[in-house]
Amino acid sequence: MKHKIELGHGSGGLMTRELINEVFTKILDNRWLKAEGDSAVFKSEKEHIAFTTDSYVITPMFFPGGDLGKLAVCGTVNDLAVAGARPVYLTAGFILEEGLSLDVLQKIVKSMKKEADKAGVNVVAGDTKVVKKGQADGMYINTSGVGFVDNKFSGLAEGKLICKGDVILVNGSLGDHEAAIINARESLFETSPLISDCASLNGMVGSLLEQCSSVRFMRDITRGGLAGILQEIADMTNQGVEIREEWLPFSDPVTAFCETLGYEPLHFANEGKCILVVSPEEAGKALALMQAHEHGRNAARIGEITAEHPGGIVMETSVGGKRIIEPPVAEKVPRIC
Amino acid sequence: MKYITEYRNKQRVEKLLDAIHAEATGSYHLMEVCGSHTHAIRRHGLQSLLPDQIRLLSGPGCPVCVSDQSYIDKIIALAGYKDMIIATFGDLLRVPGTEKSLQVCREEGADIRVVYSPMQALDLAKQYPGRQVIFPAIGFETTAPSSAVTLRQAKSANQNNFSLLSAHKLMPPAMQAVINEGVRLNGYICPGHVSTITGSGIYHVFPEKYNVATVIAGFEPTDILQAVLMLVRQINNRNFKTEIQYIRAVRPEGNPKAKAIMNDVFVRADDSWRGFGNLPNSGLQPGPEYAGWDAGLKFTIPTPQKTENGKCICGEILQGKKQPESCTLFASLCTPQNPVGACMVSAEGSCQAHYKYRNYETQN
Repeated sequence: MKHKIELGHGSGGLMTRELINEVFTKILDNRWLKAEGDSAVFKSEKEHIAFTTDSYVITPMFFPGGDLGKLAVCGTVNDLAVAGARPVYLTAGFILEEGLSLDVLQKIVKSMKKEADKAGVNVVAGDTKVVKKGQADGMYINTSGVGFVDNKFSGLAEGKLICKGDVILVNGSLGDHEAAIINARESLFETSPLISDCASLNGMVGSLLEQCSSVRFMRDITRGGLAGILQEIADMTNQGVEIREEWLPFSDPVTAFCETLGYEPLHFANEGKCILVVSPEEAGKALALMQAHEHGRNAARIGEITAEHPGGIVMETSVGGKRIIEPPVAEKVPRIC
Repeated sequence: MKYITEYRNKQRVEKLLDAIHAEATGSYHLMEVCGSHTHAIRRHGLQSLLPDQIRLLSGPGCPVCVSDQSYIDKIIALAGYKDMIIATFGDLLRVPGTEKSLQVCREEGADIRVVYSPMQALDLAKQYPGRQVIFPAIGFETTAPSSAVTLRQAKSANQNNFSLLSAHKLMPPAMQAVINEGVRLNGYICPGHVSTITGSGIYHVFPEKYNVATVIAGFEPTDILQAVLMLVRQINNRNFKTEIQYIRAVRPEGNPKAKAIMNDVFVRADDSWRGFGNLPNSGLQPGPEYAGWDAGLKFTIPTPQKTENGKCICGEILQGKKQPESCTLFASLCTPQNPVGACMVSAEGSCQAHYKYRNYETQN
């Protein structure tokens, strides 16, 4: 087996086979992959099916708290989990740049396997393409995922259940992923303890759904950050959202990073955080359940749904002022001074 | 978190607000001339906590906003040159030039990179010896010293593929221009960051000659509110002077070392401001010794034809004469998504700050 990816690895010939057998099937190891079919065939259950896809392109490929492989699994697992699904099967499509070290590829695939095992999912189908050097940044991964949804949760993803007075919870500190990525990519603060929150949330979400009957809506807080998700909620319900700055969980390193560079942490992406809208009666129980889970230790109540200012998000600032929160507009840039 | 939580303490804020509400018996038009103040006031919702008779106006303090449109056009022209890398602060990317923005140029294939400091731009020049790297240097006395240090290093390292296109500007000429324009004003919230470099001496003229209260303020809620209270007291007692609220960072003499470097590398020059036009001795350009690193001299740049949108009133907003809401483009044709004027582009611009805050005020 060669030590670098060559264009031939994407040819569909022997080199491709070798790559598939030696890297993907060997590491991701399950009966669907071993069957080597064009599609994985699996048994349906008498439930709704959730189906999603996401592509992962990240620089740097390895970062504090995770890597491209881990991200490609937990990102798609989380998309399924917050739709009320139990994630079961993933596919993985790899775009590899000619010259990529095989060692790096194996590390990434092993990391996928580790996270897939943790989340209880299998990568059951895959694809590899190799592009010429310079046409990609090392490696891109697309994962698609299938999960089963209990009939009673089938409306969860659409936000139609959200009512005025519902409470908004998050499962922990916000902005860690994007701050860690920018810091690593731009080599800004070498000694910073910033670490990505990259994690699969299906375990925590599953137990919440099992024990709380009035969960109205969930969404993972990825690109667009908390502000982006809250705006989606305000738009889809035509209700208002009110949050309180002093309730928002931010870690000290993220606060310091954003204060120093002039970033808005409410716009920062997370990879192990979700928002939960729940009835006021069950808010306390849901919060306690989250806090009992390893991915929800710092869970917090951050605000509520209101009939005031429909379509808008208002935050009471820590000093008692009021301000409108807007979703991010374009590329995030630091302020000048 | 140290240096943050104590300055955002709700009890301290309430105490200051009580004093302001009790003492603000007249009418107060206070102008901040620093984009970071505009940002902080909006971010913490401070205007909503102040009595109606205190009006906070945003002046020409956003470095992106005050840069003339022709400056953007020049950078765009340079970006089109062969083997050119433009290494810029991110804020400049979306500012509309006459025909397009730097962001559009980048989409069209120009090599435009976001850097966090001029030093990073110099590093790029070292990394790509076969190419030219230009840093568009914007900002006031706060950012000028770091540009100066970078030019010094470029010169001593003989880094001839690096140069800088300066639009560095000085604060006092703009504050003077606001007064010359006849804007109704009885207090200046003076820029804390600029003052760490310059010290407080540059503001004396305003209380002494024009009876305008001046307080140099920090950027946290208690800083700004304390500065407002100090201004209210100066105005009430008609005891106009320059005071420093931001004593943990600003000394009356400023930062002599930074000033020396700035004066060594840059010379004063007339400069063109959005909203004010040409102001004498209001800008900084590299001195004769640094001519080889002055992109304005090193490259032939076509003189751009200015055709700003006739309806955009960014100029008058920067002068403090009008509020963003009085612009016919505001929130209809001009939004943060599709900015027409520079004040809507930058997070420090008053149009963007007002846009973000607009819904809440109209609904209450």
